[in-house]
Amino acid sequence: MKAPFWTTRRRDALTGYLFITPQLIGVVVFVLVPVGLAVWYSLNDWNIFRGELTFVGGENWAALLDDPQLPSVLGATAVFSGGVVVLNISLGLALAVMLNRRFRGVTVFRTMFFSPVVVSVVAWTLVWGFLLQDNGGINAALSVVGIDGTNWLQNGNTAMVAVIVTQVIRSVGVNMVLFLAALQGVPGELYEAARIDGAGDAAIFRRITLPLISPTLLLTAIITIVGALQAFAQIAVLTQGGPGLSTTVLVYYVFQQAFEFNDIGYGSTLALMLLTFVMLLTLLQWQLRRKWVFHEN
Amino acid sequence: MTTATRLGAAMLAAAIGLTAAGCSADSTGSDDTSSTPAAAGSVDLRMTVWTSNEDQLALFDSIAESYRAEHPEIGSITFESLPFADYNTTLTTQIAGGNAPDLAWMGDLSEDLISSDALVPLTEKLQDTEGWNYDDLLDSVTAEFSDGDELYAYPFSNSPFALYVNTDLLAQAGQTLPADGLTWEDVSTIGAAVNAATGKGGFVLRDFDYASWNVLGTVWPGWGAAAWSEDGTECTFDSPEMTEAFRFLHDAAFVDGSMPGPGTTADFFAGDSAFTVAQVSRASLLDGSFAYDVVPLPEGPAGEYSVIGQAGVGVLSSSDHVEEATDFLAYLTNPENAALLAQYFPPPRESLLTGEALAANNPKLTAEQLQTVVVDRIPDAVTLPNHANPAEIAQKGKTALDAMWTADADVEAVLGSVCDAIQPLLSR
Repeated sequence: MKAPFWTTRRRDALTGYLFITPQLIGVVVFVLVPVGLAVWYSLNDWNIFRGELTFVGGENWAALLDDPQLPSVLGATAVFSGGVVVLNISLGLALAVMLNRRFRGVTVFRTMFFSPVVVSVVAWTLVWGFLLQDNGGINAALSVVGIDGTNWLQNGNTAMVAVIVTQVIRSVGVNMVLFLAALQGVPGELYEAARIDGAGDAAIFRRITLPLISPTLLLTAIITIVGALQAFAQIAVLTQGGPGLSTTVLVYYVFQQAFEFNDIGYGSTLALMLLTFVMLLTLLQWQLRRKWVFHEN
Repeated sequence: MTTATRLGAAMLAAAIGLTAAGCSADSTGSDDTSSTPAAAGSVDLRMTVWTSNEDQLALFDSIAESYRAEHPEIGSITFESLPFADYNTTLTTQIAGGNAPDLAWMGDLSEDLISSDALVPLTEKLQDTEGWNYDDLLDSVTAEFSDGDELYAYPFSNSPFALYVNTDLLAQAGQTLPADGLTWEDVSTIGAAVNAATGKGGFVLRDFDYASWNVLGTVWPGWGAAAWSEDGTECTFDSPEMTEAFRFLHDAAFVDGSMPGPGTTADFFAGDSAFTVAQVSRASLLDGSFAYDVVPLPEGPAGEYSVIGQAGVGVLSSSDHVEEATDFLAYLTNPENAALLAQYFPPPRESLLTGEALAANNPKLTAEQLQTVVVDRIPDAVTLPNHANPAEIAQKGKTALDAMWTADADVEAVLGSVCDAIQPLLSR
């Protein structure tokens, strides 16, 4: 007797495929096809106005080595991403630890720190742009206490700091909520046992809290790094990459090359380089998780 | 996923990319200029503009309606309003995506479009159109949109830059304009006095914002300076004339206090400054909240000069309906319609350039003001710096020039670095 085609295993497999089909279509149309196109464009010189696509092989890739601005752009990208990641995670964790206690008004504080997350990036950045002007609100507030504030966005030393802080204040709420959830998942008896053993606050935090929330630390580290490497609107609205190249991060540079200078080939090459960075960083963190993420041991 | 599967997926994506890219490149290269008569209602034309002014769009619609009444083959003529700030990027993206308009307004993108043969030559068509009167066009306004003797876009708007004066603020500071001609030194001195007496800004170069340095092209001709040589191949930012012009601007911002410094907002039209340099077309922003005057640009050490900001309209050679689009352009810009457009845009036709004619449609400025700052100025005016690849030149120049806007800047060294940054682009 012939076995029926629709076995339970096949039915389950079909159900599974049907569930992932919408997502798969999205990934193919909005990720794989554009990445494939970017690879192709990176091998070509596209004269948009003439409608001519000329195959140039590795010329755009070789141009990466000759681009005098690229080292500054990569440096700015590293400073911005590093600054955002360190500040965002440490501030998010500190806020979560503080707001993981029971005290009057804790919900108000949690809402206050989370609310910037739901504000549009552009609206948030525009308002901060006004505040950070030479004659803006921040310097006006500083002058009240006798401090002569600098020209935050026009000064090469402070523009990057201003952009990082603006970004962190807006997005720290997400990490704070994730850390809060993780902290509330730490069993209370572990703290109790540690205290009976005579452990102080610092030791408890280092020996119990941090290891138990390490999976969340990994998650927040990955999403914060990826988010920082994708930051565009903040730069476009606040500084347009200036002064000089001090805040020109890689995503903004890709936009300039591809859509302002109409050099789609070189812009695609830079975009693929960014994609490679993101993948490598994520892969590195994924590999390192065995060393420092508690549940992976 | 195995390595082989990953490789297969990547190859598939690349193959799709290849196919799509091929389609895209082909679709922008259409060259259907067939002269066979089109069927009634079969031709739809689209023109991109950056105005969103309802009156201006209504005027365009009414001209298009008149044209359609005489040309049954035209199904529709659409005026697509794109935001000014992103106009070049949006238009370029449309062209790249194979969705180019048939006609387009253009500003500093014209050089790129002309050098890439992306625009249809217009001279023969306009000269051959009965009653169009090609010789009525002023030479000074067609140069920017021409290659040799061939015109590629009709310069429908030629708005001179002028100096707007808030006479109320001057009076508050006890200042008056000199009767025997205004110089940039006078503007700086009076501006500094207004700043000291009222706390308001001295002079503001509108839209400069210490970023759009091509706006400074309204100042440096007064010193006899230019951004690059006439043929556009040699950077001249490091010339002695340019150095003096920038010393003046730097001192104005950081020594005299006559020009608001970087990061300081001062809007002349909100009453925040004594002077501003802006196009005559900005007069519509004057709301009567203060007394004002509008005078020609001040003289510099090199004497009198005038500058215009231009906009042109041309036909994209990628259009499927080049012939119909070119015919509509000739109709849109004929003497009768040019007179209608002159309500909003200073015209390129000598016959339409009189103070009285312009004043009839401009409630903010008198016929005398329009005569001195528009009519008398257009024939000898220079344009703002324009070159092929304008966005990259602007960006590289800005990156270098940012170092100028600190109190202790080395003006000569910074200007040298501007040339280092943009010379490779000029030489291409």
